Amino acid sequence: MRMLDSIKQFASEFFVTGDPMILGAQVSIGLSMVAMVVVLTMFKKWGWLWREWLTSVDHKRIGIMYIICSIMMLFRGGVDALLMRMQLAMPDNQFLQPEHYNQIFTTHGVIMILFMAMPLMFGLFNIVVPLQIGARDVAYPFLNSLSFWMFFWGAMLFNVSFVIGGSPDAGWLSYPPLSELSHSPGIGQNFYIWGIQISGIGSLATGINFIVTILKMRTPGMTLMKMPMFTWSVFSSCVIIIFAFPILTVTLALLFLDRFVGAHFFTLDGGGNPMMYINLIWMWGHPEVYIVVLPAFGIFSDVVSTFSKKKLFGYKSMVFAMLIISLLSFFTWVHHFFTMGSGADVNIFFAISTMAIAIPTGVKIFNWLFTMYRGRLKFTTPMLWTIAFIPCFVVGGMTGVLLSVAPADFQFHNSYFLIAHFHQVLIGGVAFGYFAGLYYWWPKMFGFSLNEHLGKWAFWLWNIGFYVCFMPQYFLGLDGMTRRTYTYSWDMGWGPLNLVSTIGGFLMGIGFLFQVWQIAHSIKFIKQHRASGDPWDGRTLEWSIPSPAPIYNFAVLPTVKTTDEWWEQKQNKSAATKGDVHYEPIHMPKNSAIPFIKSTLWFFAGFGFVWGWLWLAIPAMIGVAICMIARSFSYDTDYYIPVEEIKQTEAAWKGAKV
Amino acid sequence: MMKMRKFVKAAFPILALAMIVLLAGCSNQVMVLDPKGPIGAGQRDLIVISTILCAIILVPVFALTAWIVWRYRDSKDNKAAYKPNWSHSNTLETIWWGIPIVIILILAIVTARYTYALEPSKALQSEKKPVTVQVTSLDWKWLFMYPEQGIATVNYLQIPEGTPIKFELTSDAPMNSFWIPQLGGQIYSMSGMAMTLYLQADEIGHYFGTAANFSGEHFADMTFDVNATSQADFDAWVAKTKQAPTTLTMDGYEALAKPGKSGVQYFSSIPDGLFQHIVTKYANGQMIHTEPGMRTPQHKMKEESVVDEVKKPQQPDYKAPMDHGSMNNH
Repeated sequence: MRMLDSIKQFASEFFVTGDPMILGAQVSIGLSMVAMVVVLTMFKKWGWLWREWLTSVDHKRIGIMYIICSIMMLFRGGVDALLMRMQLAMPDNQFLQPEHYNQIFTTHGVIMILFMAMPLMFGLFNIVVPLQIGARDVAYPFLNSLSFWMFFWGAMLFNVSFVIGGSPDAGWLSYPPLSELSHSPGIGQNFYIWGIQISGIGSLATGINFIVTILKMRTPGMTLMKMPMFTWSVFSSCVIIIFAFPILTVTLALLFLDRFVGAHFFTLDGGGNPMMYINLIWMWGHPEVYIVVLPAFGIFSDVVSTFSKKKLFGYKSMVFAMLIISLLSFFTWVHHFFTMGSGADVNIFFAISTMAIAIPTGVKIFNWLFTMYRGRLKFTTPMLWTIAFIPCFVVGGMTGVLLSVAPADFQFHNSYFLIAHFHQVLIGGVAFGYFAGLYYWWPKMFGFSLNEHLGKWAFWLWNIGFYVCFMPQYFLGLDGMTRRTYTYSWDMGWGPLNLVSTIGGFLMGIGFLFQVWQIAHSIKFIKQHRASGDPWDGRTLEWSIPSPAPIYNFAVLPTVKTTDEWWEQKQNKSAATKGDVHYEPIHMPKNSAIPFIKSTLWFFAGFGFVWGWLWLAIPAMIGVAICMIARSFSYDTDYYIPVEEIKQTEAAWKGAKV
Repeated sequence: MMKMRKFVKAAFPILALAMIVLLAGCSNQVMVLDPKGPIGAGQRDLIVISTILCAIILVPVFALTAWIVWRYRDSKDNKAAYKPNWSHSNTLETIWWGIPIVIILILAIVTARYTYALEPSKALQSEKKPVTVQVTSLDWKWLFMYPEQGIATVNYLQIPEGTPIKFELTSDAPMNSFWIPQLGGQIYSMSGMAMTLYLQADEIGHYFGTAANFSGEHFADMTFDVNATSQADFDAWVAKTKQAPTTLTMDGYEALAKPGKSGVQYFSSIPDGLFQHIVTKYANGQMIHTEPGMRTPQHKMKEESVVDEVKKPQQPDYKAPMDHGSMNNH
């Protein structure tokens, strides 16, 4: 009996209990896992899953896996957002309890930035960059796979806290002392640390991988200043990643030491200082937003020139502007806490460095506008998102400049004005950008296009929903409503605007459903949606090969003479029609199970550290070490694709084309 | 194209409705734009100036976007110029590097001047002597101590109008932020330091005060009423509060500091040096100015007490505690 009691006791601590909504989620998670196992077994797909996906080192496959995960995370982060909006729709609402609300805004923030925006971005990096620069894979395909699985298991570890142990509830950046053991004694905060830590290692590795890929793997003739703008944006984003992510890793490690072994880095007792954490986390956190927004700028550049049928305006300015943003992003972090009393001199420095970012960003806006000027605009879905981005981001940028005016920030700080601002730049800039990129490169990933009609419905719902949701929040902020407040009283008069905002949130939710419908519809009627290698009349190298690209991408590496190489080739048709092509065997990386296994072990190690179960964490870490050693001594890591196979693949494509 | 226009038409009523609600929301002035004190007014002016400066870029960009998207749409009868290789112009690029630089330069100068002028720890110019209020953010309530009057309140602030109020802020809980939007911007309250914020109410009235930095479970309940009255009413209120049945003792404070919500409370007296004690008790893990018989603060979790036993005793560092904030005016 005693044993039964202790098991019961353990289970009640281990599983989150007592909330019907979470119970529903637990049941549905359990059921869908059973369903997945049944389906995979019934259709005998386990081997296929293992060989083609889990152990794949192909950048295109990894990119697709990133994107699938990020869309699932968008769903979860979106549900979190709608739950919050439902709670705030009415004054004195009792829909959510404060503890639950606090967990939801924490997970919403973490998931949307780290497990939605980042993987969607990495997915696009993976799919597009090697194709744009004429490479056969990334520089380190094995590391690439490891990055993905580290992200995946980190995200799983974070998400599992929803049903096991309890979610973190100290805000997406977890300021101490609130996040310290003294005020957050629960398990949730440990999930936060380890979930982000494990996926953060993957992000850092991806940053390194793509810098090396871009610097070393470009096809002959493609000098740096002939690279497509998206590749440039990936480069500038990765430069930030390799300088910023180590700061995050160290900061979270110190916070973990505080919590796990009672260190005093960020507690006031024992000579630590919470301000140190706040400085460190924003030294990563501010560059982080530029990490996610720069690739969106790259997408807009490629999309705008493709659908204007015109060269990108001011190429050099664009490159210079992005590199300057990468640099400046490291000198603005204090603007997140002007109100912490650093004094006038410090505040002025960081106010001006923040405003200065508006200059290169403004230049980019003008360059996009003048790319369209004297062009011929086709309003396809990627282009619609790009055009909608411009006014949205200009307003978001402008409110950002307002926030950077330090003394005025004393009135904006931590209010809904700030919430509205950063959602405007993150949705209007990042989400719109990635949607544009997703629609633009979708045919290249899968060989079929997405239904434009449903895509336009989704576009309008998202856009209208966005303004209905976030414009009222600027006014709520100016009217004294602070972020993270789970309810407000009737006398504040914030009810009507909040209700409008909630309606807008749901419009965006419906927009998301339309996107899901759009994907499902396009798969169902795949025959009508088949895409050629070059469905948009593209300009860069990725459109010169079949959709989806063959495993080796380029049968023969192209030689590049200009920036819009593929466009130029199409213009001078004579040059393109060469005689017999001379193929050579292609050197490719072999699949490996180690990244998957090693990251899974990291998950168990993280899970062990979360609960303080060293009996689990230590063996798992030993397993990680064994994986590293095993990899170091494996020499059978690559192979050649014979000429015969290349010829067949290429002939099949050319045959289909005719 | 036709389809798109249909969408716009369908969307229009929704947009129009949203606009009406938005405008209705603005018609009764929002707090920050309706300041009742000099600091708030200065910040409002700065918000207006910077908005106008931004609008110089914003409005032309909007117009240009709309015009370009319309003018260069891809349709058969569009006679607008099409120059697929036109991609560079030194003149144009100089203009749009130049204009933002000039605007940001102007804004930078304005910001710098206002940052010095509105520095929260700078005393306000006034013939009247400032009233000091010592503010402590607790889990999840505000303690206001009036050292000159020797009284204290919880979640209620009464101040005389037209008189500078010198707020000294600290925290005995996770950091928070003290914000009275109609009087002026916020400042953080943090353990181990005392921050200074000068505010003043120019009009008699009730103002909304709130906690602005998330501090845990009942953060949303940390709002307070700020009642600005005439000097006479303020004096009368002080006298009345002095007659309040409860006094604040050190033990009473420790009970108050325990996590929990609170309604409005009044205390007719406060113990000597309580604020100093709160500020310095975290400095270098040392208790400074400890009153005889004082207990160690108990709000810390049990887990930490294990660690506390291991901690080495240190010499008190008298230089460290108060300098983090800005107790000394510039």
